[in-house]
Amino acid sequence: MKINNIATTVISGLIIGVLAVSCSKNPGGSAAESAGNAPSAPMLINGAGSTFDYPVFSKWFEVYATMDTNVQFNYQSIGSGGGQKQLLNQTVDFGASDAPMTDEAMSGAPGKILHLPIVAGGVAVIYNLPGNPKLKLDGETLADIYLGTIKKWNDAKIAALNPGVTLPDLAIIPVHRSDGSGTTFIFTDYLTVVNDPWANSVKKGTAVKWPDGVGIGAKGSEGVAGQVRQISGAIGYAELAYANQNKIPYADMKNAAGKFVSPAPDSVSAALATATIPDDFRFSIVNAPGAAAYPIAGPSWILIYQKQNGDRGKHLVGFLRWAVTDGQKISPTLDYAPLPDALQQRVLKLLDTVTY
Amino acid sequence: MQAVTCICAVLVVAPLILVFYHLISLGFSSINWAFFTQLPRAVGESGGGMGNAIVGTFILLALAAVIGVPVGVLGGVFLSEYATVGVSWWVRFGADILNGVPSIVWGLVVCALVVVPMHGYSALAGGIVLGLMMIPMVMRATEEVLHLVPGGYREASLALGISKWRTVLQIVIRTALKGIVTGVLLALARVAGETAPLLFTAFGNPHWARSLTQPISALPLQIFDYANSPYDDWHRQAWAGALVLLLLVLFINISVRFLTRERWRAKS
Amino acid sequence: MNGAYASATRATPGVNARGAGTSRFGDRAFEWLTLLMAFSIFVLIVLIGYELFRGATPAIHKFGLRFLATSTWDPVNGVFGALPFIFGTIVSSAIALLIAVPISIATAIYLTELAPLWLRQPLVIFIELLAAIPSVILGFWGFYVMVPWLHAHAYPVLRSTLGFLPFFQGPDNGPSILSAGIILAVMIIPIVTSVSREILRSVPGLQREAAYALGATRWEVTRIAVLSYAKRGLFGAVILGLGRALGETMAVTMLIGNAPYIGWSVFAAGQTLASVIANEFTEAMDPLHTSALFEVGLVLLGVTLVVNALARLLLITFAGPTVKPQH
Repeated sequence: MKINNIATTVISGLIIGVLAVSCSKNPGGSAAESAGNAPSAPMLINGAGSTFDYPVFSKWFEVYATMDTNVQFNYQSIGSGGGQKQLLNQTVDFGASDAPMTDEAMSGAPGKILHLPIVAGGVAVIYNLPGNPKLKLDGETLADIYLGTIKKWNDAKIAALNPGVTLPDLAIIPVHRSDGSGTTFIFTDYLTVVNDPWANSVKKGTAVKWPDGVGIGAKGSEGVAGQVRQISGAIGYAELAYANQNKIPYADMKNAAGKFVSPAPDSVSAALATATIPDDFRFSIVNAPGAAAYPIAGPSWILIYQKQNGDRGKHLVGFLRWAVTDGQKISPTLDYAPLPDALQQRVLKLLDTVTY
Repeated sequence: MQAVTCICAVLVVAPLILVFYHLISLGFSSINWAFFTQLPRAVGESGGGMGNAIVGTFILLALAAVIGVPVGVLGGVFLSEYATVGVSWWVRFGADILNGVPSIVWGLVVCALVVVPMHGYSALAGGIVLGLMMIPMVMRATEEVLHLVPGGYREASLALGISKWRTVLQIVIRTALKGIVTGVLLALARVAGETAPLLFTAFGNPHWARSLTQPISALPLQIFDYANSPYDDWHRQAWAGALVLLLLVLFINISVRFLTRERWRAKS
Repeated sequence: MNGAYASATRATPGVNARGAGTSRFGDRAFEWLTLLMAFSIFVLIVLIGYELFRGATPAIHKFGLRFLATSTWDPVNGVFGALPFIFGTIVSSAIALLIAVPISIATAIYLTELAPLWLRQPLVIFIELLAAIPSVILGFWGFYVMVPWLHAHAYPVLRSTLGFLPFFQGPDNGPSILSAGIILAVMIIPIVTSVSREILRSVPGLQREAAYALGATRWEVTRIAVLSYAKRGLFGAVILGLGRALGETMAVTMLIGNAPYIGWSVFAAGQTLASVIANEFTEAMDPLHTSALFEVGLVLLGVTLVVNALARLLLITFAGPTVKPQH
């Protein structure tokens, strides 16, 4: 009977405690939270999508939280396909994608969707090799690796591009995305442009049918970078920020002008400068001309409905105005290319068309 | 023969010891005040904690208990006190089958039932999915302990003219309370570690939970995200989070074992 | 068997008789309330099946039975066949059973017949705690600790000794169908072991004594009297483990490599019914893709329902309710 009472007390205590915490406006109540403390509970704006953008977004949200304390952002990096889907289902306030939405997908939407270019980035071809040598690759070799026709690191084609580098007799393990991904879109868009066998078999898309039995799939850019870091002999692709933040080596890629170029904000900006951008802002910059341009690069979009929902919408648009202008100054510190001034102005104009 | 089976027994126990060893060696040093009280930092930056996920897990468990406990306990009462043999066989059989439904399937169903109509992921959806998963476990556990209450208690109470429903609530359930609590705790320990059903319901949230209609994080969810990432600092925190989650689950299991041992001793 | 148990443990029949007169309404209401709660089990089963079916309808209409028999899963072109996931689920579960069944049953024998008495209880507790480890933790540990070790030490040995078999050829990725099968084995061993142990314990002592009386050795007693008697129940325990392995999600998703595959090599990455849902559901764009994932869920539900029902029936008919339910 005694234990009986103790148990009941413990349980009721637990449940009451938990309920108290969950009802309280300031759970945890610790000093650590005081930074985010606002007079009233801040509004939570939910977004989901691209993992390509996740590092820069999360930095923006952190900085912006100090400027507008009435709003908090919750961004789940579930992949660009996810960002588009969640927006269509209206389960989030904004989506983010590095692949433009197709007309077909937008026709199923309950309202008009705006594509707001928000940042551009390079897709780094990352790898894990003993000694981490610096490699040079071209589109054809990369396609062969992902098609499974090049199986070993010491293959003649790779060796020919890397004179002087001792390549190990190690199986190549290509890592690709298992979720719908804008990074995959940029990557496969590039391979489709530069390699005919690829264009005829796998094609481009946010989620493609990868060749059977070649390599492994990983969830998100985080997952690809994580697997490449973990598995010796692996090769993968992820936004440059993931490579640099984790010190994963990446290859110089041969561009349309025949030069080997490293992914970097400058080389992505060089690619961006060559683009002609249509009024609906859906454009691609893979295999861009110009000696300094990095070939596997792309813009990333935030997707919102033109018709926004009152106060929430105003806060969201306020953030977006800041992100496409002042926020761009943060982009290069995380290895993203900032939007050129002219493009920033065009995006602001587009934001003026939002109704509430 | 003895040797072979003994080696097998060692093989069976080894993973528990290895997992525990690695969690402690990789995670223990990262368990500090900040881990429990701080929010995650921006991606790729060191520091911060899992406070949001820890609070989230307890909120989700409270919600789950609100759904799973009344339904499960009352259902268990029906099985033990009212049901005919045939009916109770079918309900028990159904509960066991329901227990075997893969957790990812639960996630799909609650996503379709709650998330899509509500236009958003929410703590509520996460609590509902965990609560529904608890029902068959709590029901079976309740039924079992109610069977252990001697029939004489019921007879004595009814003989005093106390109606059956009050007899059940005040005598039978009260006598078996410790066992019921045990069953509820075990069910909570089981759902506390669930990740798959939360992927499409609770969704995750790096801030403190402020509303049940907003997404919320949970320890297993955040461990999965962090484990899946390339960041060393996140790995460090994921090991710590896994250690905390494992300790929570094992603590409940071990204390429950202690409680039930008392019960068996009293019975035999 | 079952009936005797139920009526003996229910409230004594005389007490159950109605007509005490007072507060009959309260009694009726309470009984109906509890009945409603108990029947929520059936409501939930029907609801799960209905919701999955509703979600899967477009895919069912579009692909029919081809969904189960074709191997192209191509979201770009909107063609969906679930065969690679069915294959991955079956193979990874089969590997898990291959490893788990002998170990579990041997351990159960050790625990009931051979182990010193003082050791039995602690071992049982250890095994039950192992069953309580959340799947995400095993997946995390598996990916960062177990797989690198297997990749560096165990798999090369497998390849050099058994490499002539088609199963052990092809590139070794680390995360693979075999790795997933091994972590599944770790996960189902506690269940199969504890249910088997209950089964062996329920073998009547008379069986053993009779065998001893015939001059059998301890091992012979175990083999002839105990194991052959308990065959059916042990089979039930194995099937129960299979039910768990088929639906397991997180640990498998983290270790299987997540690429659809049908072929001989167990070193290749694969994908299971559960892992494809975890990977693709939040981002499936095309309504047909979502619907196909619901159909994958429906297939998974169907398979696990049948397997679990079979396991329960085997266990119930073997031993009646003396075997405790294992979660």
